[in-house]
Amino acid sequence: MLEVSGITQRFGGVTALDDVSFRIGAGTITGIIGPNGAGKTTLFNIVTGIYTPTSGTVHLEGKNVTRHAPERLAAQGMVRTFQNIELFGKMTVLENVMVGLHTRGRSGILASALRLPWQIAEERRLREQALHWLDFAGISDLAEIEAGNLPFGKGRLLEIARAMALQPKVLLMDEPAAGLNSRETLELARLIRKIREEGVTVALVEHDMELVMDICEAIVVLNLGRKLAEGTPREIQENPDVIAAYLGEG
Amino acid sequence: MKSLLRNEAVRFVLFSAMILALPALLAGGYLLNVFVFVGIHTLLAVALNLLLGYAGQISLGQAAFFGLGAYASGILTATYGQNPWGTMVAVALAVGLLAFLVGFPILKLKGHYLAMATLGFGIIVYIALNEAVDLTGGPSGLPGIPNLSLGSYVFDSDLKNYYLIWGVTLATILLSLNLVNSRIGRGLRAIHDSEVAARVMGIRVRLLKVQIFALSAVISSIAGSLYAHTMTFVSPTSFGFNFSVELVTMVIIGGLGSIYGSFLGAALLTLLPEMLRAFQDYDIVVYGFLLIAMTMFMPGGLVRGVPELARRLLARPQKGKADA
Repeated sequence: MLEVSGITQRFGGVTALDDVSFRIGAGTITGIIGPNGAGKTTLFNIVTGIYTPTSGTVHLEGKNVTRHAPERLAAQGMVRTFQNIELFGKMTVLENVMVGLHTRGRSGILASALRLPWQIAEERRLREQALHWLDFAGISDLAEIEAGNLPFGKGRLLEIARAMALQPKVLLMDEPAAGLNSRETLELARLIRKIREEGVTVALVEHDMELVMDICEAIVVLNLGRKLAEGTPREIQENPDVIAAYLGEG
Repeated sequence: MKSLLRNEAVRFVLFSAMILALPALLAGGYLLNVFVFVGIHTLLAVALNLLLGYAGQISLGQAAFFGLGAYASGILTATYGQNPWGTMVAVALAVGLLAFLVGFPILKLKGHYLAMATLGFGIIVYIALNEAVDLTGGPSGLPGIPNLSLGSYVFDSDLKNYYLIWGVTLATILLSLNLVNSRIGRGLRAIHDSEVAARVMGIRVRLLKVQIFALSAVISSIAGSLYAHTMTFVSPTSFGFNFSVELVTMVIIGGLGSIYGSFLGAALLTLLPEMLRAFQDYDIVVYGFLLIAMTMFMPGGLVRGVPELARRLLARPQKGKADA
């Protein structure tokens, strides 16, 4: 589904990622873990087109998408969430999800300004779809609240609802459990499984090991910009290199 | 009453009714002439607000689009005897195309750099208007621009021009309200909040920015054409850097991201200098002081600050009653 091969990223003299390769199978939940500074977020930024890698390629469903801009990748089904939730704070919760449906609409400036009949119908359709995704994330009761006023945990759910509105093939989540309490983390785990049931391939960068071991079928471990290990949660837990890296012996 | 005011359509009808009834109250005096300019300034402020208040992109060159519209209409009708209405439309489209072409490279820039680039564009146009003496008449201006007319009906009085200009302005306000409450409007606000997040949502940020920049140029150009036909004379000083800054001030004082705020800002900045005449030589000082005070105490602009002030003033007597 998603194949990353030989990705290297240098920033000036610093090598953030060094020849990283792995594959994520369709319909799986894959965790990408590693100590701070391992290059996890850099990797996400490359895969979603925010950074252009120094070398290496990214393939989505066999298609080379390496230098595609984020907006193009989004339309092709590669969607992400952010570590520090990036909501549109002055818009309502519903409007946020409707922004996620931007590529599902086609009315431009003229049609919108003139409120042509098909534009009105399109707005209604987008609104209904947005409500569906709010319902999916369990926050439809918050539809009319300004997104900037949401508590952090609900903001996270909104970001996921908005990402799902794009109907991604691959959803990349950057530390989805960061800042959540244990009850919210359980809710999140349930939501991520539900997302997979929709046929979406999920990849997440995460520090919460309990969550990763619980929901992921495959794990990729990064350390100091290199791939350290890859395997099932059990294999990873027993891997001596991984244990060493986490305990700081490496 | 309050919930009624929340309804966009009701608000627009009330606002239009107020505007259309205003000349009866002003009884054709000097203020009517001032309100013709409030109309033109509102048109310009709404155009800039789409760009600055919604998409969050600064332009310090709006006066240039206004000037290009005014001069192109003036030259083509006064010197070359073209039909003013057709000219107005053709010029607006040409200015929009120019903005599109200029916008593509410069809207890549952000913040201060974008301000500098649009400022530079404004200065180039200003210099061109001054130097192309054969076409524009240079610093002494371009006289003899005809009034607009429909058949034998000529828009040659303040009252007629008031209704002509406010007709266009009200239509633009209505279309702008539709626009900001649509897929496009949501896209613009998304860009304003977080460009990266907007791109990740699949919004073609650069294209949308350039489109809205061009749209704001089209509206400004129409305002320029209307100005030229109303004044029957144009000179470069009306389209300089100062006026671009004044437009930005109107949008900010009125309220960023509020279409009606643009009207309030335009009205205030047009009326204030007239009202401050009493201070004679000190009017510019008082004017500056008021602007500073308003930005300090009403950071959300008049459109949010005035209701807030009213609420506080109304709340006070009730408190007094409770004490007694």
